[in-house]
Amino acid sequence: MSDTRARSQLIPLLQKAQQKWGYLASEALREIARELRIPESKVYGVATFYAQFKLTRQGKRSVKICRGTACHVRGGARILAETKKRLGLQEGETSPDYQHTLETVACIGACALAPCLTINEEVHGRLNTIKVAALFGGEEDA
Amino acid sequence: MTSVAVVGAKPASPATITLTIDGVRAQTQRGQSVLEACREAGIYLPTLCYDPDLEPYGGCRLCMVEVEGMRGLPTACTLPAQEGMVVRTESPQLDAVRRDTLELILADHAGDCLICRKNGHCQLQEVSSYLGVDCRPALLREPTRPVDRSNPFFDFDPNKCILCGICVRACAELQGAHAIDFAWRGLETKVTPSGGGLWIDSNCEYCGECLIRCPTGALAPKNSQKASRYVKSVCPYCGVGCSIRLGIRGDRIVSVAGDKESPVNNGRLCVKGRFGIIEAVHSPNRLTKPLIKRDGNFVEANWDEALDLIAQKFHEIRAQHGPEALGVIASARIANEANYLAQKLARAVLGTNKVDCCARICHAPSVHGLLRSFGSGAMTNSLAEIEEAHTILLIGSNTTEAHPTVGSGIRRAVQRGTKLIAADPREIELAKIADIHLPLRPGTDAALANALAHHIIAQGLQNQKFMDERTEGFEEFWAVVQKYTPEYAEGITGVSAEKIKRAAELYARGQPGMIVYCLGVTEHRTGVVSVQTIANLALITGFVGQPSSGVNPLRGQNNVQGACDMGALPEFLPGYQRWDNPEHVKKFEDAWGVKLPKTPAHYPLIFCSRMWDDILKGNLHGLYIIGEDVALTEGNISKVRKALQSLDFLVVQELFMTPTAELAHVVLPAAGFAEIDGTFTDSERRVQRVRKAVPSPGECKPDWQIVCEISNRLGYPMNYQNADEVFEELRKLMPNYGGITYRRLEEHPGLQWPCPDEAHPGTRFLHKEKFTRGLGKLVGIEQEPPEEVPDEEYPFLLTTGRVLQHYNCASMTEQVAGVVQLVPENLVEISPKDAEALGLKGGDLVRVVSRRGAVKARVKIRQIAEGVVFMPFHHKEEPTNLITNDALDPICGTAEVKACAVRIEKRIKTL
Repeated sequence: MSDTRARSQLIPLLQKAQQKWGYLASEALREIARELRIPESKVYGVATFYAQFKLTRQGKRSVKICRGTACHVRGGARILAETKKRLGLQEGETSPDYQHTLETVACIGACALAPCLTINEEVHGRLNTIKVAALFGGEEDA
Repeated sequence: MTSVAVVGAKPASPATITLTIDGVRAQTQRGQSVLEACREAGIYLPTLCYDPDLEPYGGCRLCMVEVEGMRGLPTACTLPAQEGMVVRTESPQLDAVRRDTLELILADHAGDCLICRKNGHCQLQEVSSYLGVDCRPALLREPTRPVDRSNPFFDFDPNKCILCGICVRACAELQGAHAIDFAWRGLETKVTPSGGGLWIDSNCEYCGECLIRCPTGALAPKNSQKASRYVKSVCPYCGVGCSIRLGIRGDRIVSVAGDKESPVNNGRLCVKGRFGIIEAVHSPNRLTKPLIKRDGNFVEANWDEALDLIAQKFHEIRAQHGPEALGVIASARIANEANYLAQKLARAVLGTNKVDCCARICHAPSVHGLLRSFGSGAMTNSLAEIEEAHTILLIGSNTTEAHPTVGSGIRRAVQRGTKLIAADPREIELAKIADIHLPLRPGTDAALANALAHHIIAQGLQNQKFMDERTEGFEEFWAVVQKYTPEYAEGITGVSAEKIKRAAELYARGQPGMIVYCLGVTEHRTGVVSVQTIANLALITGFVGQPSSGVNPLRGQNNVQGACDMGALPEFLPGYQRWDNPEHVKKFEDAWGVKLPKTPAHYPLIFCSRMWDDILKGNLHGLYIIGEDVALTEGNISKVRKALQSLDFLVVQELFMTPTAELAHVVLPAAGFAEIDGTFTDSERRVQRVRKAVPSPGECKPDWQIVCEISNRLGYPMNYQNADEVFEELRKLMPNYGGITYRRLEEHPGLQWPCPDEAHPGTRFLHKEKFTRGLGKLVGIEQEPPEEVPDEEYPFLLTTGRVLQHYNCASMTEQVAGVVQLVPENLVEISPKDAEALGLKGGDLVRVVSRRGAVKARVKIRQIAEGVVFMPFHHKEEPTNLITNDALDPICGTAEVKACAVRIEKRIKTL
C-alpha cells in the first residue's frame, strides 16, 4: 500500500475504531498502525492531535457543556458548576463507574436555546440549575 | 548525502547557478537551497531546525530571508536557489522578525545554561548570541514537565525542547525506527514515544542519531566529557566496519562519534558502537596480567614465566605426539596482522595445519559456496550500493539487529522506493516494511531459492543472454530445479506458492536486483549448497557484476573477512591461495623459509568445529585460542567444554575471563582494538586502520606481539618493529592486498580488495566482466532437511541469532551497564498461537530442552512461524548453545546451530 493512501485511510479508520469501542485503546492504535503500515508513533501523534479522539474509556453518557458566547451571557458558568457538582467530575473526567464523561465545548451551535448542553447526541436547552439537577438525578438541595 | 527537495527547479538547465547574496555574487549547484548556498558562500544564517542530513523542514522560521521580487519572508532552508536570485539575509525587518520568533522559542525553553550538559555547544545559545538577545523573556509556564530519565544512555527534558523536530526526523529519515513523534497540539505539543510512555518502553534502537543532533539540552547524554584529542578508528563489534572517532581525554576514551567522511557508515552508528565501547575498553574486568593455572586456580605470573611455559609445553607435545597434536584458533576479532602471524605460527613454526578462526561458525559456507559459484567468497558489492538497489532480496538476515547501520540503510532505501523481499521465519523489523515477507521454516532456504529460480525460468524472466555468455551448468541445474514448483516448495518451506511467485517476479524484474543474506542461510549443515542455490538466482537473472547487483553475505565480526583473507582457515593459504597449487605453496615456503606442513590432500581438514572430536579422540593435545569464546559460541558446547577440559595444554589470549579462558592452563591478557595499531577488513572487503588511542591496562600486549614472543621462544624468530612491518610482509604474499599500504590507508577511507598494486583504487564490486572462476556455475541442489526435525518429544524447531544490544559471546557488551539493563537475561521468542497452546504469557520463565541439554529463558511473544522458536546466544549464565546441534556441513564444517528440535517446559514458579 502506498504511503499516501495509507495515510489518507488513517483518520477514517481511527473514527471507525472509536465508534466501535467508544475510545482508542493502545491495542487498537497498534493494530491500526500494523494494518496501515504507519509507524505507531505517527498514529499516536494523529490520535492525540484531534480532540475528537479519546484514548481512554469514556462514560456511557458524554456530557458536553457549551461555553459559547450566548450560553456564557445566559449563565453557562452556573450550568457547568452545577453539572460538576452533580456528577462529581471535573472537565475531562470520567466517572469511575463509566456512566458519565464531562467536557466543555466551544459552541454547540444552539444559541437560541442557551444555556445548553448535550448528552451524547441529544441537546438540552434553556437550562437552569434545577433542570440540570433533574438531568443528572439527585434531589435538589438548594 | 544531502538531499534537498527541489521545489520548482527547472529541468534541463545548467547545473551551476549564480545568485546574489547580500550584494555578493555566489555560485551553487542546482538543487541546493538558498540556505546551503549561503553556507557555501560563508554566510551565517541562524537556524535551529536545519540539519544537512535531513529533509528541509522550515519549522524554526529563523533562516528567513528577503528575495527580490518575492513576497513575504521565505525560509532559506526550504527555498531552492535559482538563477539570478537576489537574496538579502540581513535587514531591520528580518532582524525584528527573527528576534520576535526567537523570543517565542525562549519563552518556552527553561533551564540554566551554566549547568546544562549542552552548554557551549548549544545551537540555541549560538543563535541567541548572534541575534544579540539581551533579556530573557518570561517563561510561558513553569518548567514542571517530568524529565524522562528511563533509558540508560540519555535523558529527555521536555522543558528544554524547542520542538524543532530534528530528533523526530532523524529517527524517521535516518534510522527509520520511528520511535518518537510529535503528539498532542498547541502548547501541549511534545515529542514522545508512541503511547506517551517512557523512552525505555518504546521501540527506540538507541542509535543516538537524535541525541547527537538535538540543538538544545533537551536530549543530553547521561555521561558527557569533552575530549582533548581525537583518534580515527573502526568499531570493534560487527562486520560492517563503521568508521569512528574516539574522543580521548588523558588516557581514557570519553566519547565515540561516527565518522561522517566514511563511505561505510556516513557518520552513523548503532547502540553498540555509540554507547558500548567506552565501558568495554575501560572495564575493571579486563585481564591485566598473564595467569597460570596452578592446582585448579589462576595465579598471576609475569610474561616470561607464562611464555616460557607455553613454549615448553608446545615443545613437549610436539616431541611426544607430533606437530599435528597442536592447533591454533585465530580470531575474527583481532587485527589482520595478528591473524597472519597466528597462522604463520601454526604452519611455519608449530608445523600444523590445524589452524582456523570463528568464520567456521558463521560464513565458512559463504566462502565455499560463493567460491564454487563465482570463484570468490566475499561480498560481491559494497555496502553503500545496497541503498541504491531497485529490489533487495533479503534472506536469513535480521539486518536491523545484527548489522544495524546496514539495516537502517535498507530502511532508508525502502522509504525511498526500493522494493524489499524479506525471507525470515520471524517477522523481523525489515519484514514489517517489506513488500513481501516470506516466513520460511528454518533450514529450507535451498527449497525457497530453487522455487524462486523455477518460477523465474517458467515465466521466462531469466536473462538468457547473461546465462548463455557467462554461466555454465544449466542442464544439471534444471534437472533438479524443474521439480521445485512454487507449490512443491510450499510444502517444504511453509511459504505460500502465491507469495513465492510474487517474490520471484519482483526480484527478476527489479533491475538492479541485490541479494543480501546472512547466517540464517549458512548456519545449517546444508550451508554451502544453500549459498549456491542463492547464487543461482543471481546467475539466471544476471544480477551480479554490476553496481547494486550481486550476492552479498553480511560478515559477522569486525574482522572475520580479514581473518579468512589472512589464511586463518585450514583449507586456504593466505589470500585464498591454494594447497593444490605448487606455485602457491612454494611462494610461502620460500618466504617463510620452511617446509609447509602436510597438505589437506594428506589428511582431513580439522576445522575448528572438528577439533573437539579430534581432541576427544586423542589426536589434538595442545591448543592456542586467541579471542574466541568457543565454550559459549560453538554448537553443542557441552562437547566443546569436555574437549577443552581434556586437553593437555590450553592457552587462551583474551580481553576478559570468558568461559573458555576459565578452562585454560595459561591466560594471556591482550590489548584491545583501541590500544593497538593494525587493520581490520570489513564485510565489503574494505581494509581499514585502527590506531593506538589509549594505553593498554596493566601488562596487556598487542596480539601480534604475543604471537611473535611465542614464536621466538620456539626457535623461529619473528622480529617485527611494528604492525606496519607485518602488513608489508603479508601484502607482498597476497595479490589481493598487494596495493594496500599503511601510507595509502592514511589517505583513503580504507581500500577494498582486490587491490593488486599501489596505483589501484580498490574494487567496489566483483565479477564485472568475468567471474573470478571464469564462468558462473549453476548447480542443481536438493533441499535436505535439518538433521533434527521436530517430533512428538521435541515439537519445536529452535533457531538462534543475535539481539541488537549484545554482541555474540557478550564478553564486551556485558561490561556495558546500559546494555545489561536493556537485555538482562536469555529469552525465547514464540508465536502467539504456540504460546497460547502452551498457556504461556510474555515474561514467563521456561526451560527450553533439547536432546543435549536445557536452558532457562524468559518468554517473549513475537510474530514467528508457528512451530518455530528463537533464542539469542549471548548469555553465559544460560547459554543457548548448550542445546544447539553440532551436526556439521560436510563441505565446510559449519555447525547447524540455526535448527534443532526442542520442547518447552513451563517452570513452576519458585518464591
